[in-house]
Amino acid sequence: MNPYIHPVGARLPRLETREKITGRAEYTDDLVRPGMLHAAILQSPHAHARIISYDTTRALAVPGVIGVITGDDAGWGRSGPFVKDETAIAKGKVRYVGEPVAAVAALDVDTARQAAQLIDVVYEELPAVFSPDEALAPNAPIIHEELATYVNVLGLPVRGNVLQDCEISQGNVDSAWGECDVIVEGEFETQAQYHAYMEPCAALAEVDANGKLTVWSSNQSIFRDQSNLSESLGLPMSKIRCLSPKVGGAFGGKIEITVQPIAAMLAIKTGKPVRIALTREQDMETMRVRHPARIRMKTGAKKDGTLVAREVDILMDVGAYADDSPGVVGVSTVFSRGTYRIPHARCRGKGVYTNKLRSGAFRGFGGPQAAWAGEQQIDEIAAKIGMDPLELRLKNAPEPGREWMCGIELERSDLKECLEKVRAASDWKRRRNEKGRPGFRRGIGLACIPHISGVLSSSAIIRILEDGSAVLSTGAVDNGQGSDTVLVQMAAESLGLPVDRITFAQPDTDASPYNWGTSASRVTYMVGRAIVGAAEEAVKKLIKYASQMMECAEVDLELRLGGFIGLKGVPDKVLPFAAISGYAHWAAGGPIIGTHALHYDGPVLDPTKAVIKHFPFRFGVWTFGVHAVEIEIDEATGRITPLAVWAAHDLGRAINPMAVEGQIEGGVVQGIGYALFEEMVWDGGKVANPSFMDYKIPGTMDSPMEIHSILVENPDGSGPFGAKGIGEPPIVGPAPAIANALFHATGVRLTKLPMTPERVLRALNEAPRAH
Amino acid sequence: MTTTVPITLTINGALHQAFVQPWHTLLHVLRDVLHFTGTKRGCNQGICGACSVIVDGEVVRGCLSIAANCQGRTITTIEGLANGNTLSNVQQAFLELGAVQCGYCMPGMIIAATALLKRTPKPTEEEIREGLSGNLCRCSGYVKVVRAVQVASERGTS
Repeated sequence: MNPYIHPVGARLPRLETREKITGRAEYTDDLVRPGMLHAAILQSPHAHARIISYDTTRALAVPGVIGVITGDDAGWGRSGPFVKDETAIAKGKVRYVGEPVAAVAALDVDTARQAAQLIDVVYEELPAVFSPDEALAPNAPIIHEELATYVNVLGLPVRGNVLQDCEISQGNVDSAWGECDVIVEGEFETQAQYHAYMEPCAALAEVDANGKLTVWSSNQSIFRDQSNLSESLGLPMSKIRCLSPKVGGAFGGKIEITVQPIAAMLAIKTGKPVRIALTREQDMETMRVRHPARIRMKTGAKKDGTLVAREVDILMDVGAYADDSPGVVGVSTVFSRGTYRIPHARCRGKGVYTNKLRSGAFRGFGGPQAAWAGEQQIDEIAAKIGMDPLELRLKNAPEPGREWMCGIELERSDLKECLEKVRAASDWKRRRNEKGRPGFRRGIGLACIPHISGVLSSSAIIRILEDGSAVLSTGAVDNGQGSDTVLVQMAAESLGLPVDRITFAQPDTDASPYNWGTSASRVTYMVGRAIVGAAEEAVKKLIKYASQMMECAEVDLELRLGGFIGLKGVPDKVLPFAAISGYAHWAAGGPIIGTHALHYDGPVLDPTKAVIKHFPFRFGVWTFGVHAVEIEIDEATGRITPLAVWAAHDLGRAINPMAVEGQIEGGVVQGIGYALFEEMVWDGGKVANPSFMDYKIPGTMDSPMEIHSILVENPDGSGPFGAKGIGEPPIVGPAPAIANALFHATGVRLTKLPMTPERVLRALNEAPRAH
Repeated sequence: MTTTVPITLTINGALHQAFVQPWHTLLHVLRDVLHFTGTKRGCNQGICGACSVIVDGEVVRGCLSIAANCQGRTITTIEGLANGNTLSNVQQAFLELGAVQCGYCMPGMIIAATALLKRTPKPTEEEIREGLSGNLCRCSGYVKVVRAVQVASERGTS
């Protein structure tokens, strides 16, 4: 497809690629301002302690140190998306090992780091809890004594160390077990996964003579930054301007605040621009992880494979601060029903504070944990009744015209199409019968993925420039996934302009229209819709002015490819955008600007059809995925090697198939890391492996080269050009699909992630040698 | 305080001079003293490879190299690969294949791939994977990265 004629659907390389491959792209830590200082933090050695006093004398005496901040410089303002529990820097108490307690701004970073270690903090240690079980025990130390007094946006039932306690239920689970011929029950555990974006968190802050703060940072939402900074620093949003240079990956870890408040406080204190970049070790100790979870699940079915009932209890370790946890726990609870019609379901999710690093949003947002348990139970049932696991999934897939869950009916069964396409592409039947070479076992397993794209609000502005090209402004931050390019493709298609006639305005809270954030697989869907609406308005105005210029009725005019308005039925009667825009600028009407804003308005979980308690979103349009993974297991070492992956995703319409493949390939490999070896480990309250040496992420040797992306394109009625999001779903499938492949190959089932060689080998050695 | 050491480096064909502390790494000097910010700091622990540069023909990790030891050496950074507006073969292939996402690992990855193809102009897939095994990328899943190196190899090394 020629991207210059039909931008939507074109395999267009990211527009900023040249900058990135020549070393000219600017990330936050590359930015320099005149007189800029460098900052370093001091971290808490304690998991839970009262801060008694600070002595900064020694630090301030170091030549080159310009300013120091501690909790005494911070107000009591607290920020957060759901329960506002975080001050700008630790104040009064520390709640996890590594929490920033003070920071130094100096002429160079060496001096700042050296001086930070010279700040003396007197603590009174408090008893700490390192697991939800400990935190829920009677007489457990309370991590947030003032929890009940915090701003609690949705009125969640917080108490003690409990932050979230939600339920999504339908039917009558208790009586439904009697209808089941087969019931499987088990307990599953998942680990903490680190985002491992390649760019550690960084921010640069500057205050002007009027006290206005400007903050450049690595983030997923300039608007979340602005709002969080306003809350924790106690400044009106009009005094805070947030900007985003290039972002070196985020994956959910940068959607809420990172180090912006520290840079801002130091800039305010010193009156100088201050830049801070965390070291990798600090980033791993102070930012976020995917929630460790323990999931008890029970699933029942009839002997023909019809699923009847499921009961789920999810317990998640929130860590020391609420962050996005109420959302993650809630979404995990909904997704724990899987992709199936299950008439009787009782799903509960609980999130509990502990004295550990905060858990936060991470690609998949509770989905990977739920699928780890749920998709293994589907295969357990299939094995028990002697049915092919793919057939069992087909049998229970949502169907048009029948309620799927919580009152939702789907237009089509995209899940069935994904399953059929994976079956064909993977040659499922043949591979299910394949035997391994000597010393190895071979297996193939499946997992289905439910996800959404949507939530909250977005907006867009399109302004036609005097020469007929256009500027697109959305406020959406590209984290590397390619949204700048995809959004420009949609704007270009809507306006009939080539992509190089659209410029993408860099996100700036002073100038951009609002976008909640680059998360929830929502930018293509939500911002795309805003762009289509804004383009329609711009075209309407172009037609209006063209009708004045051509002295004809508006209804007789039409948009023509290449940037023209033409008279219907008269091919050579056209006006270029340049002429119309010039007329609007210089003669009548004023500059042509199209705008559109929306809040998510699609299907919601219906509270009259199900018990829905403390679920924090209106939610989004549903999208399904199916992964099959073929693996080989070394009998001597227990090592699992993924050989090939077939990943079918129902994404409505691929605006840019090459970018979609990139999302699938990258998500699958991140999911393989989660499945096989990634794990943040704590020694008491301290992260024991805060380095890429001790926390391994997949490299080229760990990643399969055979990742078959299967794009199932059935345009969604509400999406822009029919598109839905694809950012998150690909990470969800690999872990349960590999677990099911392991069972297929060996008859052994692991319930605890990651599936390390040690765990596989132990399970193989303990298993009766039936295979 | 310690004494600074004067060093002279040839970076991307031009002479540069800097005064460095004995503990300063090549990465620090490139980024924070001479402002070659294309070379990235991903871990500063010698693992991720984002700081890879070519020193006298060999790929080294800027974060593990002491700047003072590089006196008189010839260094190629990501900024030195393109010829004016003409991208190198490797850069062009990475662009066309869509191998680049957030881009943070890419300076190191492209440097490593460039050195690999210089060493082994026609590498097998396995040799490419091995050659890039010291460069971590969290976005791409590596499929398009490896394909891009194959395409660059097919087109020749110039």
